[in-house]
Amino acid sequence: MGVPAQKQTATEALLSTLTLPTAGCTRSAREAALARLREMGVPGRRDEYWKYTRPDTLIAPEAPRAATFHTDEPMMFDAIDRLKIVFVDGVFDAEASDALEMDGVRIERIEDICCKDIHWAKDLYGVLEARGQSPVPRPLAALNTAFAGDGIAIHVTGKPSKPISLIYRHASESSDALLHHVIRVESGAEVTILENGPAASRFNKCMEIDIADGGTLHHVRAQGRDHERRAVTHMFTRLGAGSVYKSFTLTVNGVLTRNEQVVELTGDEGVAHVAGACVGDGDFHHDDTVFVTHDAVNCESRQVFKKVLRNGATGVFQGKILVQPGAQKTDGYQISQSLLLDDDSQFLAKPELEIYADDVACSHGSTSGAIDETALFYLRSRGVPQKEATDLLTLAFLAEAVEEIEDEALAADIVSRLEGWLARRA
Amino acid sequence: MLEIKNLHVKLEEEDKQILKGVDLTVEAGKVHAIMGPNGSGKSTLSYVLSGRDGYEVTEGAATLSGADLLEMEPEERAAAGLFLAFQYPVEIPGVGNMTFLRTAVNAQRKARGEEELSAADFLKEVRAKAKALKIDADMLKRPVNVGFSGGEKKRNEILQMAMLEPKMCILDETDSGLDVDAMKLVAEGVNALRDAGRGFLVITHYQRLLDHIKPDVVHIMADGRIVKSGGPELALEVENNGYADILAEVN
Repeated sequence: MGVPAQKQTATEALLSTLTLPTAGCTRSAREAALARLREMGVPGRRDEYWKYTRPDTLIAPEAPRAATFHTDEPMMFDAIDRLKIVFVDGVFDAEASDALEMDGVRIERIEDICCKDIHWAKDLYGVLEARGQSPVPRPLAALNTAFAGDGIAIHVTGKPSKPISLIYRHASESSDALLHHVIRVESGAEVTILENGPAASRFNKCMEIDIADGGTLHHVRAQGRDHERRAVTHMFTRLGAGSVYKSFTLTVNGVLTRNEQVVELTGDEGVAHVAGACVGDGDFHHDDTVFVTHDAVNCESRQVFKKVLRNGATGVFQGKILVQPGAQKTDGYQISQSLLLDDDSQFLAKPELEIYADDVACSHGSTSGAIDETALFYLRSRGVPQKEATDLLTLAFLAEAVEEIEDEALAADIVSRLEGWLARRA
Repeated sequence: MLEIKNLHVKLEEEDKQILKGVDLTVEAGKVHAIMGPNGSGKSTLSYVLSGRDGYEVTEGAATLSGADLLEMEPEERAAAGLFLAFQYPVEIPGVGNMTFLRTAVNAQRKARGEEELSAADFLKEVRAKAKALKIDADMLKRPVNVGFSGGEKKRNEILQMAMLEPKMCILDETDSGLDVDAMKLVAEGVNALRDAGRGFLVITHYQRLLDHIKPDVVHIMADGRIVKSGGPELALEVENNGYADILAEVN
């Protein structure tokens, strides 16, 4: 099946502005990704997984301008002791970053590993992304693999004493950044990865995570208040036996955010939790697209996504659990809910289950609703003013997603950001 | 303290008159009970006084220590000292019981221009009051009323009342869904709060609650009006003969 002419034109228009990095070790992976992208073409509105989110601005040859965001408030995770790795408009900033050294982990820039002949990252860069292209094509991830200008390779062999924090900074109003990170967690190793900060006017980020048997990766991400930015992110995660992957994303505002999570449970007794809480106003558009594949016995997966929408904001959830033949005793759970604070906002949800094993427990639910008036009256009858009661109920609505964060300090930081958002809307 | 005069109330959504001229005065230090058949308007009275949406006052007045209740938002009525123990306490997933209690206590203090209670003082107070009601630490930590038994929910209402120390307490069928032991606990909780400065309005179907919470005055409500008032013996009369005799007598 060929790519329709219109798509082909859009694809070539985008590609005409880009140059394939000449870097050594990822060269063949980049060329293969470019070929994949040409086969698929850039996303179009008729594509099954792009019905609810307009890809136009993500594939336009020139990134739409976006104002940078400034605040005097402390940045997310500032109070957390962590190893900082800073990218400004998608370019690694060595001066702003900590030394890339810590016990139990080896951290390198992707471009630094390229001259080496043998490197673990060569077996990961573009590999999970390529696997994740089926059955649902993800052309913007292939675009990223091909053209990413920077990124970090993290090899976790032990239990580093503090989280590794990827900090993004947005400096130029016309920045167009593509970042590609790869992370390998060895057997029995454990790490926490943090991500936060406005990254660029247009941001395309891909992260490939390979967790060996018995490895654990916690991921907590905050997508910030740079409202005009557009972002598409992909996280491809492969889990071995008995391994754990827990990812949480907070999104506060943003005219376009598309977060894709592609998770593959390949070893028995793996655990994968992906969760998200987002709050947005007005022309806020937020899309969570999740695909979890169970391909082993006794695995557990959870998808917990909560969206608070106001003043015409739009939330999208496309979540799937695929249980392969033989993946018995699968425990799959998926919930996506929106709290609509007015009549103008909308939530579009497409939950999917596809099950080929006969001894599994999979549940899914999706709801959309307003503040519970009975609960609101109950609180007010106890003396809590309407605004405060509404905020309390809004935080309560988000709680199930926030509870997916195991670390209490990180969870508290997330809650304080949500409270900030509520407070700014008096 | 609580003065209700010729109160007429209809449903906002439909043309249905529920209260048709209620007159009632509850003095400080007194316990008044309202009994009456289903549909007589008892619960509506409690909702209208606490400010729930969906009702329209077409005539009459209700004041608390002289302040016009009907003009106030629900939270203002609470800060003014009114408390309603719900017939069906509401479950609020995601809000811890302790957070809820503290938010409420401090919101009222703030509204009255008082200083907020410190975390330590609050904790000390809530633990002591919870203990008296046999509410354990786990119930305080759990989300408000979620997974609570019927008895636990009602005890939780009394705990809120004890923490908020209102001037005027309305108990809407607090005995419904309670076994004998739970009812005794709840009644003890209420009795502990009885003092010269506080009024109670106890709405109930049954005499049994009034065995434990001794009323000073008993009112019979029927078809949106108080049709008869008397002493505690009136409750016994209802218990023995039902409402039919009384209603026949007043009609």
